Amino acid sequence: MAEINLDHISKRFPDGAIGVDDVSLDIADGEFIILVGPSGCGKSTTLNMIAGLEDITSGELRIGGTVVNNKAPKDRDIAMVFQSYALYPHMSVRDNMGFALKLAKTPKNVIDEKVNEAARTLDLTPFLDRRPANLSGGQRQRVAMGRAIVRDPAAFLMDEPLSNLDAKLRVQTRTEVSRLQKRLGTTMVYVTHDQTEAMTLGDRVAVMRLGTIQQVASPQELYDRPANLFVAGFMGSPSMNFMAGTLEEGKLRTVLGDFPLHSQLRQTLERAGAAHDVIVGIRPESFEDAELVPAEAKPNGLEFNATIDVTESLGSEKFVYFTRELGQTHNVAELEELARDSGRAEAGGAARETVVARLDPASRITEGQDARLWVDTRHLHVFDPASGRNLTLEGGAPGAPASSAPAAPAGTGAPRQESPAADVRPDQAPTTATEAARPASGDGESQ
Amino acid sequence: MAATTRQKSGWITANIVTILLVLIPVLWIVSLSFKNPATIAATGRATFWPTSWTWANYSGIFSTSEFTRPLLNSIGIGLIATFISVVLASMAAYAVARLNFPGKRALIGISLLIAMFPLISLVTPLFNIERGLGIFNTWIGLIIPYIAFGLPLGIYTLSAFFREIPWELEKAAKVDGATPFQAFIRVIAPLAAPGMVTTAILVFLFCWNEFLLAISLTSTIAARTAPAALAFFNGSSQFTVPTGSISAAAVVITIPIIIFVLFFQRRIVAGLTSGAVKG
Repeated sequence: MAEINLDHISKRFPDGAIGVDDVSLDIADGEFIILVGPSGCGKSTTLNMIAGLEDITSGELRIGGTVVNNKAPKDRDIAMVFQSYALYPHMSVRDNMGFALKLAKTPKNVIDEKVNEAARTLDLTPFLDRRPANLSGGQRQRVAMGRAIVRDPAAFLMDEPLSNLDAKLRVQTRTEVSRLQKRLGTTMVYVTHDQTEAMTLGDRVAVMRLGTIQQVASPQELYDRPANLFVAGFMGSPSMNFMAGTLEEGKLRTVLGDFPLHSQLRQTLERAGAAHDVIVGIRPESFEDAELVPAEAKPNGLEFNATIDVTESLGSEKFVYFTRELGQTHNVAELEELARDSGRAEAGGAARETVVARLDPASRITEGQDARLWVDTRHLHVFDPASGRNLTLEGGAPGAPASSAPAAPAGTGAPRQESPAADVRPDQAPTTATEAARPASGDGESQ
Repeated sequence: MAATTRQKSGWITANIVTILLVLIPVLWIVSLSFKNPATIAATGRATFWPTSWTWANYSGIFSTSEFTRPLLNSIGIGLIATFISVVLASMAAYAVARLNFPGKRALIGISLLIAMFPLISLVTPLFNIERGLGIFNTWIGLIIPYIAFGLPLGIYTLSAFFREIPWELEKAAKVDGATPFQAFIRVIAPLAAPGMVTTAILVFLFCWNEFLLAISLTSTIAARTAPAALAFFNGSSQFTVPTGSISAAAVVITIPIIIFVLFFQRRIVAGLTSGAVKG
């Protein structure tokens, strides 16, 4: 067990592309940290550098206080679970799990004991003498986990370990992983492109984009207080609605109407130096059917009319979609990237102008209806279109978590618009073969 | 495929013709090996099959060291050259398949060049070099050129097999605490074993059948291999052509090939069409 410190780590590939750009992150002993981001954001490269499978171009990596930059993977005392599981096909489950111990010249009886114990934990006992080819996807995944836990390493590294499972099994296994990590208390670095996994699993989540860390915080903190447009748009499903807005005469003018700004928000925006033009972000759950809002709550928000295109009733909640001319928000690089990541860019302009609202299932709004909706203005996010910075955060310093978890140095959370990595197109950005090949359906089970 | 009777009979005829074309010389050699010298020489009333069957040719070739020693040489030289070729080729092929290093293209190009080189153009220089080095007419004198010609074949076949093995297995082995060498020996090599067997068979067949170098770089049965030895057979008198003995020896050295091919048919095809095969 150990803490892991990334100190200004960068990765430049031989062809000049920058995979990871000056990432600093302190991972506490026993912490479960998630690296999340769209494809090509450098999360897998970061993980591979921690594992020792990729060289570090610059910066310092410490595991348990020791600098390990030039140490081979075998000398780092880490265990890794790969997306493809990478089980040795010519070995039985038992030999797969005991391979590391065997290499470490552990006595045979100790290996047997540890493998049997891990197999019991993971319900793999009946399969110990099978070959991986004769196991189901879920069983293979558990063998891969077993191979990591028998070693009792300083840290677990997980590279999208669940993305090859079907949606239902993925949700189950997610819980298992979480439980296992809590029980073992081992430091775990977990890479995923799926924001749902990130939200549900981690003690802290590091959102990455173009090789830089955008924000490191607890899942709730990320959701409630996103440091910038990218984090705001990436976390949450369905994602945040963005629209152009102008700050005028103490009001926030948008296509939905003029939001009155209460004094505290106005002061915050003033202190943050908000310009005239801003981008307004509203979470789907900030909307409500106006009929269902109690009268005393109504002053906290704004009522408006919208023609509903589509409704989706999920039993416990109801999503309604309506279109609005949302303004020139799509010029912002971060929003462009989010749209690409979610596939909305291909869906055409109409999809971009769509607003999603999450309503109480009791709402009787139907498709095609000109419905009266209410939006809670207390949970607005206001972003600077130039830098993407969230202007609603007190002091403008993003990523200062209230939780006791160790905070990353403040600088790491700041968006880096001028970063050279911005030139790297996602298809150029070096990713491992597996990352490129991973299924596009990220949050299939999240709704 | 719904074939008409006409099509079927057409195919059957074509197959039979092909098989006859290939098999008749072989059957002829077998037949000759069972004829006694008198019948072979007898002109005018020659028959395809022997009129009287005899094992004399076989007992004859095994009674002197003129054939048994070369047979031993063939086996020894073939096995040693194959073993060394496969070991070296697997390392080289691994490097070609997995690593990026300066001169990789040159290496591949040169090995291809060697495979293309007409052997005959190398015979004279090799002869002089080997005499100068004092390895003319020794096992090592044949093993070295055989390795040189076995390597390109091995590198090509094996690198295709190595490419089929997922990278991540090697990463997993490294994280599990293996040195690069251990990862190769314990994870990659076992998975490439089918490819290695295939390569070994192909290289061994090459060594076993090789004639030109074998006859040029040897002078006595100390190092002469079986195919070369055939050319030096004597008749029972200087006026007798040793057709029977040559045929018998030819049958003997063909048998291992036939067994090999029957046993490893799939593997050989896999090796020849490598790349389409999962390691």
